[in-house]
Amino acid sequence: MTVPASDPKSVTGKPLAIAESVDVLVIGAGPAGLAAAIGAAARGFRVLLVDENPVPFKTMGDDVPLHFGRGMAASARNRNAMMEAVVASEPRIAEAFEAGVDLRLGTACWGLYANGPALGWMPGLVAGLANEDSSILVQAQHVILACGRRDMGLGFPGWEKPGVIGATAALNLATRYDAFGPRKVVILGSTTEALTTALALREAGVTIAAIVEQAAEPIGDADLLAKLSVGGTEILASHVVREATGRDGVEAALIATLDEEGRPVGEERAIACDGIVLAVGATPVVDLIDAAGGKVAFQAERSGYAPVLDASQRTSLAHVYAVGDCAGIWAAKTRDRAIAEAEAARAVAALGADIAGVQAAAPPAPGYDISAYRLAWVRASVVEARAEFHVCQCEEVTAREILEVRPPRYLDWQNERRNDRSLSALLGEGPPNPDQVKRLTRAGMGPCQGRRCREQVAALLALGAAQPLSAIPLAGYRAPVRPMALAMTTLVPEAPEQAEHWDTWFGMHAQWRPFWEVPARYTVAGNDASGPVASE
Amino acid sequence: MSGIKGASVVIVGGGVTGLSAGWWLARDGVDVLVLEKGLVGWEASGRNGGGCSHHHSPLFAEEQRLWPLMDELLGYPTEFRPERIRLAASEQQMALYGRALRNAERQGFQSDVLDLKQVKELVPLAGDSVVGGYHYRFGGHANPHRTLQGYAWAMQDHGGRILQHTTVTGFRGEGGRVIAVETDRGEIGCDNLVLAAGPQTGRLSAMLGQEVPVQSARCEMIVTEPLPLMPLGGVDGCGLYGRQTLRGNLAYGGGPHEWLAMAEEGTPAKPTAPLMLHMGKRLAQLLPKAAHARIIRSWAGVIENTPDGRPVIDRLASQANVVVATLSSVGFGLSPASGRAIRDLLVDGACGFADISTFSLARFSKLEPNWRELQGWQVTAAAEAVAA
Repeated sequence: MTVPASDPKSVTGKPLAIAESVDVLVIGAGPAGLAAAIGAAARGFRVLLVDENPVPFKTMGDDVPLHFGRGMAASARNRNAMMEAVVASEPRIAEAFEAGVDLRLGTACWGLYANGPALGWMPGLVAGLANEDSSILVQAQHVILACGRRDMGLGFPGWEKPGVIGATAALNLATRYDAFGPRKVVILGSTTEALTTALALREAGVTIAAIVEQAAEPIGDADLLAKLSVGGTEILASHVVREATGRDGVEAALIATLDEEGRPVGEERAIACDGIVLAVGATPVVDLIDAAGGKVAFQAERSGYAPVLDASQRTSLAHVYAVGDCAGIWAAKTRDRAIAEAEAARAVAALGADIAGVQAAAPPAPGYDISAYRLAWVRASVVEARAEFHVCQCEEVTAREILEVRPPRYLDWQNERRNDRSLSALLGEGPPNPDQVKRLTRAGMGPCQGRRCREQVAALLALGAAQPLSAIPLAGYRAPVRPMALAMTTLVPEAPEQAEHWDTWFGMHAQWRPFWEVPARYTVAGNDASGPVASE
Repeated sequence: MSGIKGASVVIVGGGVTGLSAGWWLARDGVDVLVLEKGLVGWEASGRNGGGCSHHHSPLFAEEQRLWPLMDELLGYPTEFRPERIRLAASEQQMALYGRALRNAERQGFQSDVLDLKQVKELVPLAGDSVVGGYHYRFGGHANPHRTLQGYAWAMQDHGGRILQHTTVTGFRGEGGRVIAVETDRGEIGCDNLVLAAGPQTGRLSAMLGQEVPVQSARCEMIVTEPLPLMPLGGVDGCGLYGRQTLRGNLAYGGGPHEWLAMAEEGTPAKPTAPLMLHMGKRLAQLLPKAAHARIIRSWAGVIENTPDGRPVIDRLASQANVVVATLSSVGFGLSPASGRAIRDLLVDGACGFADISTFSLARFSKLEPNWRELQGWQVTAAAEAVAA
């Protein structure tokens, strides 16, 4: 019996242009990624380690991949200097080279592709990599994600001004690039992560004017707090930033005290500074794993949405591991890189052993309720703000517009009475879904890919629905997880057989036959599918 | 339990076809309830190119009549904009794309043939990478997600109800009629049932004794950052469908699909494949002056096709009070008319504004049982073990 040919318009038989194949691809050259790459090389695997640092100056200007808030010093434009600085900032980079790791800096991973219930076309694990002038597909037997952390954005009037910066971006600029612009900063948040950032910035020569904390007491490590205090940093609990003032950038943070209900009261005070560092919530980078269809869940002890892991750091995607901050952030791990390196060692030991392991042991429970803490920040700073501002800077959407599910301004339907839909009317009985709100209001749909607003939008929905953060689904990530110019896509070749059969839609002759020519009965044998076809 | 005991018409599927039908019925005062396993408009209905120019369909005339009225009829913005320009990358494409002009003309709609000079005048982002095109003086495009929500809200404004996060698990019949829908939140009584469950339509209709033949596939789209608005956003071609949205983003799709085995319940993650690259390449060919624009998202949707790719809107022979509807991967643009056709079938017994006899299930009465295999619609074997 002959097997009929597969549908020529389908992906079947259309190979992808895989430029390189490696045993192990490690994404991110921080402590965990370096340990994983060096360890895998020691086991004899061919290892490719990529890291997007140094990020091109223009990309940083777009707040990709972190909220750089235009806090880069002018030296960040010097690509060679940045490359040298990144190499010099981390002794294990040289060790990785010596261990035979193929290490490529300035190379971002914009997509990870793995077969699953709705995708069977991949020849194995495939990753898309790009630097400033090339874009390729790489196949890997194993992928170890070591993508690090990012920060929850927190808005207030003036937060779009240059100088309002995410803590992780500030830390990278100061400690990896030696190119941090601001000289005197106010830090929002007092978690151990925030205090660690403050001390690292101080070490890099930045004056830490104040730690501003909405909670009644600072919540991070007391020793770290004491170090800052001794160094002259004001510790301001029960405070919030009311506004960032300044002409072309931040010149001062206007702060006010909070009453017992978390509402700003009393006189405002200006703290002169040229930077405001957002350190209220570090969160694992889960863009690649989520876009690839891997399981991600809200895990407070891992600081938010994090991959679901087994004890060997395996994700739900076969042969994909997560290590370091992208696998979960907690205070002890922030203070001691050996914990991240131990995760890398566990992943390396598991390479090639395909037995699904036991579930990972839970990290120590955080010393505070991260959901309540982050919601309190958003309530005090965003909901209680004295003036409207754009929570989503790209699409210019305010908190009120998000909570009222307003159509975007370009439609000019703002005053239409019938459009006055509350969040609860939209939701019905289900939990609020940020993706749904995103599509209706456009919050999070801009070129920064929701990096600055997604956690705030989730928090607003949680507040609006009186639910904890864990009840709010993750707004989905989509490839490319780094914006990619159309011109760059042309650098990856297309299989000739795919180009030959490319069609607008399914390329079915019968689908587009005008209704006056459709036969009364349809059979495959009687269907004329000869000749060229173009779907409409 | 949902607390809802039943409705006169229960519609299974909160996609564009089910919601439009629900809206048309609710407007007539019919007690209607839409059951949706997830969120309304969450699947392929909310993820498509938004095109509204289906000149091959018996619903075309009604599609064209209704779209310009939809904002007013629904009371919510659909972002509908009329007309479409379709550009050709080669003389062969130019010839193939000409069918639209002939089909539409026969039905009283005009198009212009454009040479390269005219293309550049009408489409600021176009360039020498195309040979010419067509300007349809009909059709257009709308925003799928906003339109879906508009249908849902407008239906609720007329008293219709929606139950989200509710999965249908079976049906209870009596005397050749379905009298109740079984769900994971309890049983819901009905006088009439509409199955408009997209890829699930095959499985659910089989439970009622007459399977609507469908096969699922994954298709993908890309979106760029916003660009300055072109005078006419409905520009596609060069192997792509799509539009510039009113916000300015370029939203386009096209290229190979992947046939999937997705008969079971549930909504697995729908990751994309690297097809984004090859869509991007064609978009840079369609609109070369946008080659600097960055892709900021891509997405995948799972949709069903019948063996001939044409809709089914028909009553089941096996159950007197059941209407089944699948638009076979081309449902969004036709939705104002398809919902009305379903309303007509239920309320009046027959579609009053168009001859939809070619949408009958009976056309598959002689269909080969192994039609999927014969057409090559096999599921691509995963090279790797399917991930958990």
